[in-house]
Amino acid sequence: MNDLLGTVDWSRAQFALTAMYHWLFVPLTIGLSVIVAIMETLYVRTGNERWKGITKFWMTLFGINFACGVATGLILEFEFGTNWSNYSWFVGDIFGAPLAIEGILAFFMEATFVAVMFFGWKKVSKGMHLAATWLTALGVSLSALWILIANAWMQYPVGMEFDPAQMRNVMSDFWAVALSPVAINKFFHAVFSGWTLAGVFVIGVSSWLLLRKRNVEAARSSLQVGTWVGLAGILLTFFTGHGSAVEVSRVQPMKLAAMEGLYDGSVGQDIVAFGILNSEEKRAEGDPMLFSIDIPHGLSYLIYGDGDHFVPGINDLIQGRSITADGDTVYGLSYYDKKVIGAQAQEALRQYDEARKAGDTEAMAFAAQQVKENFQYFGYAYLADPAAAVPPVGMTFYAFHIMVFAGGYLLLLFLVLIFVCYRKPAVLEHPWLCIVGILSIAVVWVCSQAGWVLAEVGRQPWVIQDLMPTGVAISGIPASSVKLTFWIFSAIFTGLLIAEMSIMLRFIASASKKDIQSSNN
Amino acid sequence: MLQAYWWLLIAVLGAALVFLLFVQGGQSMLACGYSPEQRKLMVNSLGRKWEFTYTTLVVFGGAFFASFPLFYSTSFGGAYWLWMLILLSFVLQAVSYEFRNKRGNIYGTGTYDAFLMFNGLVGCVLLGVAVGMMFFGGSFTIVKTNILDGGAPIISQWVPTHGLEAIICWKNLLLGFAVFFLARTMAALYFINNIGGQPELTASMRMKALYNGLIFAVLFVAFLVVLMLQPGLRATAGGALEPVENIYLHNLLDMWYFLAMLLVGVVMALYGIFRSAFDKAWRCGIWWSGIGVVLVVMVLFFIAGYNGTAYLPSLTDAQSSLTIANSSSSEFTLTVMSWVSVLVPFVLAYIVYFWYKMNAKPLTAQEVDSDSHSY
Repeated sequence: MNDLLGTVDWSRAQFALTAMYHWLFVPLTIGLSVIVAIMETLYVRTGNERWKGITKFWMTLFGINFACGVATGLILEFEFGTNWSNYSWFVGDIFGAPLAIEGILAFFMEATFVAVMFFGWKKVSKGMHLAATWLTALGVSLSALWILIANAWMQYPVGMEFDPAQMRNVMSDFWAVALSPVAINKFFHAVFSGWTLAGVFVIGVSSWLLLRKRNVEAARSSLQVGTWVGLAGILLTFFTGHGSAVEVSRVQPMKLAAMEGLYDGSVGQDIVAFGILNSEEKRAEGDPMLFSIDIPHGLSYLIYGDGDHFVPGINDLIQGRSITADGDTVYGLSYYDKKVIGAQAQEALRQYDEARKAGDTEAMAFAAQQVKENFQYFGYAYLADPAAAVPPVGMTFYAFHIMVFAGGYLLLLFLVLIFVCYRKPAVLEHPWLCIVGILSIAVVWVCSQAGWVLAEVGRQPWVIQDLMPTGVAISGIPASSVKLTFWIFSAIFTGLLIAEMSIMLRFIASASKKDIQSSNN
Repeated sequence: MLQAYWWLLIAVLGAALVFLLFVQGGQSMLACGYSPEQRKLMVNSLGRKWEFTYTTLVVFGGAFFASFPLFYSTSFGGAYWLWMLILLSFVLQAVSYEFRNKRGNIYGTGTYDAFLMFNGLVGCVLLGVAVGMMFFGGSFTIVKTNILDGGAPIISQWVPTHGLEAIICWKNLLLGFAVFFLARTMAALYFINNIGGQPELTASMRMKALYNGLIFAVLFVAFLVVLMLQPGLRATAGGALEPVENIYLHNLLDMWYFLAMLLVGVVMALYGIFRSAFDKAWRCGIWWSGIGVVLVVMVLFFIAGYNGTAYLPSLTDAQSSLTIANSSSSEFTLTVMSWVSVLVPFVLAYIVYFWYKMNAKPLTAQEVDSDSHSY
């Protein structure tokens, strides 16, 4: 049992490590592919060779980053099998399909057109090269679409039913999986956050060039494109982020409660604009915040469009408590009710298996019906106590607030830069503004990582919402083996990240000494 | 029917992957004494194709997950070390082309070239070992009701060595090294086709195709002999698995058209190798041998999975063995995926078109030197 727990923890650590490293590179790939395509479009439309030089400069940075994204992505896909083998069988019938479609539709598109993009300048026509660049960007986003559909399904499992004969879930409605509102929101939120991140990256690197007063014209042009893409990205990220939060309140209310550090909900619930959580003991005693600045009725209004709506907290969700619009306290299914229902589903499944072995078709049909009726809370039977149904509140709360704060700062940055670009262009080269631009690169990556931490930590303990806790999803491998591979991959990914950053810095530094156009042709 | 169709697609992807392992075979050659210019050409020639191999591996994994999830669950979670070593070698490959020649790469070009060679050897041999397990089995059990035991819920249990036992199994290694020398042979044929203006290098590759091809032929014949003598498991009408002597030989004889396909594939592969070795003006060996290899590998998948054969036999509990019937996705999912597979010809069409456009002329040293993105 101890080894099992160790395997769970190390498998989680390994998956988190891979996912976080992967997410360092992927959003930049998503956004930079679009920015490079825009730059090349400007080159093709204007015929200005300067844009070709600029395109090639950013394309090289794209290539360096792309390789790291590819490397970490391979591990992620196969880890579902190597480290989460129970999961792979329990829901592979549904989860595997988007992964395969991603490969067939997106990966081959990326692999083919990225080669044309890098090596085809003299082998295909200008128009075809531009098409290849846009198709690379499309392939990258298509890849994101399918993997985010798969991820969204884990958080909001729809379009499936449980097959007791095979003890697994099977797909019953592909379009419900592919077009679930959670998936659509998640996809656009992630892709637009990639635009934002790449926009800031371009701004940061251009600011450095402006600070060094090299390649000033190219840097100004790049900064302008980066700012527009980034501004569009952050506005759309906010919009889809709001949509995501509304979906979370509907399908993962416990995650929303943890995001806000909300233990006891109320009508007209405030939103925490800034806050510090109390210790776990004090939170358990009903005093969750050490310090907070709240916006009155903010959470109720943001989620429900009604400032007086009830928002449940963690304790409410455990107790199944809610308050109606008339102010009446009502009780729905509590944690304990769900645990009983889940246990009934599991017991019915055992009975089904025994009936199957005995060849008793009538008993099988009865047990199958019992499983079907109670399956919705199948996973609760695995949980030991109510605390096990609550995600790590601290990490979820801070990840959410860091993300929102950083996002707010980035919106301000883009607005200021738009103003400066068009009203006070000379200020673009002001050292302080350049330094702010450079430092913002760190902010956007923190923001991006915080978003994924929120999404993945906030959904714990579920690997599939309400159906399978993370601890049940694992493979039967010793903790020591996973521990060893964790450290091996930690060393490799860290080593590659250091090399990647070093190569990028050297490349950018060399651009400050030479003309971008001539150095890249 | 749908299960058979998806096994066909798995076979096509597996065969394409083995063909594309010429990239790994070429990487394994980088250790030999070539001039810096020749080495640069070889790396850049391979560097324009490595992503196809990589992508095919990823799609192969994804397609297996979608169509035969119990294999994904059992083999990957069980033979942990085997798959982790394969993945590790491919992770190192993924960055090596892009980083090796860039300033500031910290570890030096030699390190990245060592990564490429590591992937060239380990990637080929271990992928061969993984495919070998489909014939020679693994030690595992599958108990689906374990999912109801919260204290020990694991469905698939493997022996404690978790894949290391497969790596030291001589039968698996026989196939592994056959794949390795095949990849080197294919790489030599690819270089003959893809690199221009290097008569010395091309002549050397013609000899390499012959030597590596002969070693491959010996290993592959030995593998075929072992395979034909190998017992296996076959599903009865009720789904129970029963042992069958010389099962793969029986499969070839029962499904004679696959035997014919195998022979055609072998002849094409050998023709590509021998004509490339002795006809100094011929550059098309990669296509003859490539198509031959694809046919042969597809046949291996067919006799592994069709005819009710267990394509992952369990050495511990015969009834836990995987067949395409007991390990597949539901009919609904396979139908959905089959509709998606309608797009495969379009994908293949644009790959072929752009491959042709990008390789219309052989790669030369001048082109590499003038390319800002050369490796």
